[in-house]
Amino acid sequence: MLPASGAFAFVPNAGRKPYKMNTMSYTQVVLAHLRKDLRLEWRAKDSINGMLFFSLLVVVVLAMAFDPGSYPTLARQISGGLIWVGLLFAAMTALNQSWSRELQNSVLDAHRLAAAPSSALFVGKAVANFLFVTAVELVLTPVFVIFYNLHPLGETWKLLLILPLGTLALVVNGTFFAALGLRTRNRETLLPLILLPVSMPALLAMIQATTNVLTGEREPTLWIKVLVAYIVVFTIACLFLFETILNAD
Amino acid sequence: MPRWALAYLAFTVVILVIGFQKAMTAPTEATMGNLYRVFFYHLPHAIISFVFPYLNCVASFAYLYWRSRDTDRAAAADAFALASAEMTVLYASIGLATGSIWGRAAWGIWWAWDARMTTYLLLWLLYVSYLLLRSFSAPGQTAVLSSVLGIFAAIDVPICFMSIRWYRTQHPAPVFGGDADSGIDPSMLPAVLWNMAAWALWGAFLLGVRYAVERRRQRQAAAYAVAFLEGEEPTGLEGAR
Repeated sequence: MLPASGAFAFVPNAGRKPYKMNTMSYTQVVLAHLRKDLRLEWRAKDSINGMLFFSLLVVVVLAMAFDPGSYPTLARQISGGLIWVGLLFAAMTALNQSWSRELQNSVLDAHRLAAAPSSALFVGKAVANFLFVTAVELVLTPVFVIFYNLHPLGETWKLLLILPLGTLALVVNGTFFAALGLRTRNRETLLPLILLPVSMPALLAMIQATTNVLTGEREPTLWIKVLVAYIVVFTIACLFLFETILNAD
Repeated sequence: MPRWALAYLAFTVVILVIGFQKAMTAPTEATMGNLYRVFFYHLPHAIISFVFPYLNCVASFAYLYWRSRDTDRAAAADAFALASAEMTVLYASIGLATGSIWGRAAWGIWWAWDARMTTYLLLWLLYVSYLLLRSFSAPGQTAVLSSVLGIFAAIDVPICFMSIRWYRTQHPAPVFGGDADSGIDPSMLPAVLWNMAAWALWGAFLLGVRYAVERRRQRQAAAYAVAFLEGEEPTGLEGAR
C-alpha cells in the first residue's frame, strides 16, 4: 500500500533543525585540540617526565660549575639565568615531540583538510605546551631553591608573574618554530638554531626580571613590560602566519 | 653579464680605489696610529648591513603575497630575499671582524658586551639562522618557511635593539665609554664618505649578482623538472637540483 501522495518527495532531515556546517565555535575547536593534547600527555606522560628529568640534570650539571652553597651572593646573581637555561633546554625537547606526534598516521594532513581554522590548532597546542612547562616549573623551582640555597632579597611574589610570562614567551614561538621545522631534515637540530636567536630579547627580559627579584637590587617592572610586549607582538605574528607554514608545501 | 652591469662594476671599482686612497692618506689618528684606518671599512659595512635586513623583510612579504598569485614574481622575490640575507651575513661578518680589530686597537680588548656590539651580534645570529633554515628545509618548502622566518627576524630586530639598550643603560657604563664615531676630525670625513659610497655600490653589485645567480638556478631547476617529467634524460644540469 503506497502512502499518501507526496510521500515520495522525500526530504532528508525534514521536520528537524536544518543542517548547519561547522557548528563548533573557535573556542570549542581550541578546547578540543587542548583536550586531545592533555589526554595524550596524561596517558603517555612523555613530555613532562622527560622535561622534568632533563631540567633536574641541568640543575645538577650547573652545580658542578660553581659551589652555590659557599657563594650565596653569586648564586643570587646567576640563578635567574641558570633556571631559565634549564627550562629552555627542557622545553626544547618537548616542543619537537608535541608536533611529531601529529605526523603519525598523517594526522597533520587531516588537520589541514579539516574545516576548522588552523590557528586554533596552534593555540590549542601552545596552551598545552604552556601547561606542560608550567607543571615542570612548579616542581623544578622549589628544587632549585633548595639545591642552590637561594634566599631571594626582592619581592618573591613577582616571580608568580614572571615565570608564567617567561614560559609563555618561550612556548608561543617555540610551538610555532617546531611546527615550522616539522618537515625539514633533522628537525631536532634545527629548532634551537632558529628559536634561540629570535627568542634572545625574551630570554634577556625573563632572566633580568628573575635576577632583579632574586637580588632585590632593582624593580623588574621594565623587563615585565618587555616580556608582555614580546608576547603580544609574536603571538599576533604566529596567529597570522601559522596557516602559511601549515600548508607550506 | 650585461654591458650596463660591467659599466657599473667599473664605476664601483673606481670609487673603491678612491675610497682606499682617501683611507690610506687620511691624517694619522693621535692615539691609535695607523691601526685606526680599519674604521673606514668598519663603519660602512656596519651601517650598510642594517639595510639588507629591510630588503629581506620586504622580499619575504612580497613572496608571501605573490605565492598564490604569480609564481614567477614569487620566485624572484624569494631569490631576492636569499640574496639580501646572504649580504646581511657577509656585511655583518666583515663589520664584526673589523669592529673587533678596532676594539683591540682602541680599547685593548677584542670584544666587549656593550649595547651596540651585542645587538649587532644578535643581528648576525638571526640571519645565520635564516640561512641555516634554508639549507635544512626540503626544496619545496624552503621559500615559504624562510620567508616566514624572515618576517620574524625583521620583527625581532627592533625589539632586540631596544631591550639591549635598556639592559646596557641600566648597568654601569663600560670603562672605555665613548662612541667610536662620536666627533671625528673633519679631515677624516672625505675618507668616511667615499668609503660609504664605495661599499654601498659594491654591496648593491654583489646583491645583484647573487640575485641573478639564484634566478638562473631556479630556471635550471625548473627546466630539469620539466625534462624529467617529459621522460627525457636530463643532462648537464646536475647542479640544478
